[in-house]
Amino acid sequence: MRLKEKITEALLQLSAIFSVLITVAILYVLISESYFFFSRVSFFEFITATEWTPLFTQKSYGILPLVTGTVLTSFIAMLVALPIGLTIAIYLNVYASPGFKKVIKPVIEVLAAVPTVVYGYFALMIVTPFLQGFIPGLSGFNSLSPGIVMGIMIIPMISSLSEDALHAVPQNLREASYGMGATRFQTAFRVLVPAASSGIIVSIILAVSRAVGETMIVAIAAGQQPRFTFNPFVPIETMTTYIVKVSLGDVVHGSLEYQTIFAAGITLFVLTFAMNIISFYLKRKFQEKYE
Amino acid sequence: MNRIYTEDVSVFYGDNQVLKNVSVSMENNTVTAFIGPSGCGKSTFLRLFNRMNDFIGSFHKTGLVSIDNTDIYKKDINVEDLRKKVGMVFQKPNPFPKTIYENVIYGLRLQNISDKKILDEAVETSLKRAAIWDEVKDKLTKSALELSGGQQQRLCIARTLAVKPTVILMDEPASALDPISTSKIEELIFELKKQYTIAIVTHNMQQAARVSDRTIFFYMGDMVEEGDTKMIFTNPKKELTQQYITGRFG
Repeated sequence: MRLKEKITEALLQLSAIFSVLITVAILYVLISESYFFFSRVSFFEFITATEWTPLFTQKSYGILPLVTGTVLTSFIAMLVALPIGLTIAIYLNVYASPGFKKVIKPVIEVLAAVPTVVYGYFALMIVTPFLQGFIPGLSGFNSLSPGIVMGIMIIPMISSLSEDALHAVPQNLREASYGMGATRFQTAFRVLVPAASSGIIVSIILAVSRAVGETMIVAIAAGQQPRFTFNPFVPIETMTTYIVKVSLGDVVHGSLEYQTIFAAGITLFVLTFAMNIISFYLKRKFQEKYE
Repeated sequence: MNRIYTEDVSVFYGDNQVLKNVSVSMENNTVTAFIGPSGCGKSTFLRLFNRMNDFIGSFHKTGLVSIDNTDIYKKDINVEDLRKKVGMVFQKPNPFPKTIYENVIYGLRLQNISDKKILDEAVETSLKRAAIWDEVKDKLTKSALELSGGQQQRLCIARTLAVKPTVILMDEPASALDPISTSKIEELIFELKKQYTIAIVTHNMQQAARVSDRTIFFYMGDMVEEGDTKMIFTNPKKELTQQYITGRFG
């Protein structure tokens, strides 16, 4: 019996260590490969040059066009997901009857279960042609359409996690507010949202991370032309799209072209990692405030 | 005319009847205590007067609940206005996670009052009336959650007073507090009844005897007996009341 306990403990420990090891291994590959990259390309050029043409004969290694591509699509996605997601969360928590909420919440979560490749084709084949009806200059590949579709995809992340956060606000605070003569609307915005703000902010940051890391939708519908622009109507390329393109292509392993994907990869990693840290910090800060 | 009365009020949660044909009245500027064992319907009865039961999906009622000669359940009643007039203090102190100052003026903010002078004045008078001004006047910008439980409850009373209600409902306001805080709340109730009509639900028989002018005894959804507190506690008419106040059940 004693032995069985020990074995169980060892197995559990092993699986915990295993996941840490994998993270370390990924980091090691990312850092070592990009170390080679940065020993051949100046870091200053990497972060300031506005052209990204490592696969052309006229090479330039400025990551900015890929960063703006990612930022632009993610920003459009958040413009869609944030207001709709928060509205849904507040509606479900404050206005909807418990029975309705029980049915509708899982239905909304289905949005997140649709394979992203389906979303990608939806953006390319349906949303873009539809938008072209209103916006004459819109290219077949652009950041607007995949941005909107990506926003739809991450709505449930914001609505579900924010609703969970609102739900966790103690019932007696709601009663206090209603008892003072507050309407549902006033209670939602003066008491519930502030009290649930840490959870809501964390849901937003997770959604942004998801948008920044999203690959398939932008690879299919946003184009593959790195362009230093914030114009949502023209083809662009995101960091993830570039990585996919090069990984699938026939560049020689170990070449500088090959190492560019690790440089893009580590930039992406730094971005999402920074957001994780911010969300961790915010969570702790607000928790302290409300305890 | 009595400010508050009910006629033949029955309350149901789905098929479950929790109050049966209750007709009572409460006089102005008195404290009325609702007593009875757990589950007797006294809290439900209290929450009829500011329509807090409305949030329970299966709730419905029959009969008349009248405040100031108005049926508060008739169609065109503005429930938010009703709740400004009929304030409530809850069992567990429930200040908002905001500053003491913001807590007191919450109800005024709801009415979009932003004149600093009016707000400052409301904070001072309300906190004074709730007998907590001296304890918090130097830390109005501190979080209300830093106060002790008893102070939080008096802050909640101040918050209720700030919107100038005429009726105050108290749902076991001292049950989560220590004896010293409890006696402070009781003194406060005694002061407040000069200006407000107060209804208080309590489990504590001594408390009912100490603070109330009239007492209503509930049992299993029935209103068993109502009368002057002194009468109820010294010479109850019903056998059941006698048994309850002497602690033979409950």
